[in-house]
Amino acid sequence: MFSLLNIRVGFYLAVRQLRRASLWTTGLIVFVMLLTFLNLVVVTGILVGLIEGINESYRTQYTGDVILSALTTKNYIEDTPSVIAFIKTLPQVSLLTERYQSGGTIEANYLTRTSDTEKPNATGAQVIGIDPVAEDAFTALSSHLIDGAYLSKGDYDQILVGNYLLAKYAFGEQPGLTPLTDVAPGTKVRLTINGSTREVIVKGVVKSKIALLATSIFIPATELRTLMGRTDQNVAQIAIRLIPGSDPDDFKNLLLRSGIGEKAKVQTFTDSIPNGVADIKTTFAMLGNGFSSIGLVVAAITIFIVIFINAITRRKFIGILKGIGISGQAIEISYVFQSLFYASIGSGIGLLVLYGILVPAVAAHPIDFPFSDGILVAPVDGTAIRIGLLVLTTVIAGYLPSRMIVRRNTLDSILGRN
Amino acid sequence: MIEVKNLVKSFKDGPIETRVLKGIDFTANTGEFIAIMGRSGAGKSTLLYQISLLDEPTSGEIRINGKDTRVMSERDKMLFRLAEFGYVFQDYALLPELTALENVALPLYMQGASRAAADAKATVALERVGLGKRLDNLPSQLSGGEQQRVSISRAIAHTPDVLFADEPTANLDKESSATVMGIFKELHKGGQTIIMVTHEEEFSRFAERIVRLDDGKIVSGPR
Repeated sequence: MFSLLNIRVGFYLAVRQLRRASLWTTGLIVFVMLLTFLNLVVVTGILVGLIEGINESYRTQYTGDVILSALTTKNYIEDTPSVIAFIKTLPQVSLLTERYQSGGTIEANYLTRTSDTEKPNATGAQVIGIDPVAEDAFTALSSHLIDGAYLSKGDYDQILVGNYLLAKYAFGEQPGLTPLTDVAPGTKVRLTINGSTREVIVKGVVKSKIALLATSIFIPATELRTLMGRTDQNVAQIAIRLIPGSDPDDFKNLLLRSGIGEKAKVQTFTDSIPNGVADIKTTFAMLGNGFSSIGLVVAAITIFIVIFINAITRRKFIGILKGIGISGQAIEISYVFQSLFYASIGSGIGLLVLYGILVPAVAAHPIDFPFSDGILVAPVDGTAIRIGLLVLTTVIAGYLPSRMIVRRNTLDSILGRN
Repeated sequence: MIEVKNLVKSFKDGPIETRVLKGIDFTANTGEFIAIMGRSGAGKSTLLYQISLLDEPTSGEIRINGKDTRVMSERDKMLFRLAEFGYVFQDYALLPELTALENVALPLYMQGASRAAADAKATVALERVGLGKRLDNLPSQLSGGEQQRVSISRAIAHTPDVLFADEPTANLDKESSATVMGIFKELHKGGQTIIMVTHEEEFSRFAERIVRLDDGKIVSGPR
């Protein structure tokens, strides 16, 4: 049926029909194909990229590629100095930062509160003790300041506060979180850790889309150690950035083989992301596929209508072709080739737009979602599958109407009879 | 040779059945030039469509070179139309997106000829009707007479057994009509079998035999 001869003649007819078709019509169909392709790839890509953006922010602003944290039975990583010394000898390591950590509260209206029954303007928070220079080199924390100034190495009694902790900068009401009112850089607050209280000044406000950081207080490590009453050098976290090309899983296994797993919990950044995030990513991918499927059906219907109208208006010529002995299969194949052309050109332009413009542009300027800096995730294998789907759908949508018209009585077609 | 016996063609429109051909017996010998004539609605085009395998008769027998067309599959008929027959229609029936050369070459290409061979044969056929310099023109760039000559080229390029023509001059002016009939005359001289439907008496004189139809029946045979 679909012999080489039919394919040859079908191609011959298709090329001539396309070559002499209206440029506007061809352009419009290709544009529909382009939009369908982008709908297929970009909608899912942005939905997945929204979550991928959270992962990436988590990696760059908090965990690095691999993070060591205290075992569940301890508040700190045992024998931290030797662990750090060992890690620094490993060639895969590019940067690291150490953090102390403790729960604490800050209170703002302690000077103006007139009675003990008055509700304190206070909130609980995670207090992170950092080396300001090392932390900034690692996470670029200073670039996330939205107000005030960053910590200097010699700062004393000064803190940075996550934006969720201050009503002025909070993103809506967070359940279980009471942001402080009337607090801004320069405001004195009372910081209490393990029963030790100290009056400190808010030096800056850190804005992050990672809730963990947006609800944290940053203080120089030496200050926190004093407040915690610690004299050892054991930290709660060591975040490690690897040189490009190093595999975090391999590095994690290396640390575990070296026995560090007995002193600290060793996780890659993907391990450390809460399971819920992965579930949301899967959900969004499913949603994206759902939306894309609708787009695919719309494209199929569009092509079906376009080819059907094309075939029905050319019914007489299809009849003539059959009348002079051109096989029905050759005519059907000519429409399949035309559909293939539209899908291929649409997808081709779509690929150029996607990888030439959209992916680099969104990577350079992530989409500012309220809880994530969204990127566009468009893996080549996934895109190839979507192109395959689009082409297949288009070919079927082009073949069916042409077959419907070709199967009509030859003479009726020639004479325009119904 | 085409033999037609007791050919009947009816059209149904709901419960109403209209019999257009009412038992036609007819023979066309190889090399003959036959003109089928009759007034409008006599059934002459319908007869042409049946014997040229463009339509399916209601009953009766058509044999082409001894082969019973009732046992032919659609594919067989398609191949027969492609290789053994040539068609010239009243409205030229050219494909608008194909040039004159491509219109003529397409059936040759469908017969399995290479592009070069098909184009060469098509060029010869177009030169034969005086269109050697209009090969790359689209139908829309040709006059009615020229389009009909392209149509004739397409019909004869593969040297068919029978050339069927349905009112080939109906849409043409006198000069173009004369040119077309001149070409038919030349083809017939060369041994081409031609069966032509026409209502114009002046062109029927080119045929060696006239078959007159009236109300679906042959009313006169050999002249």
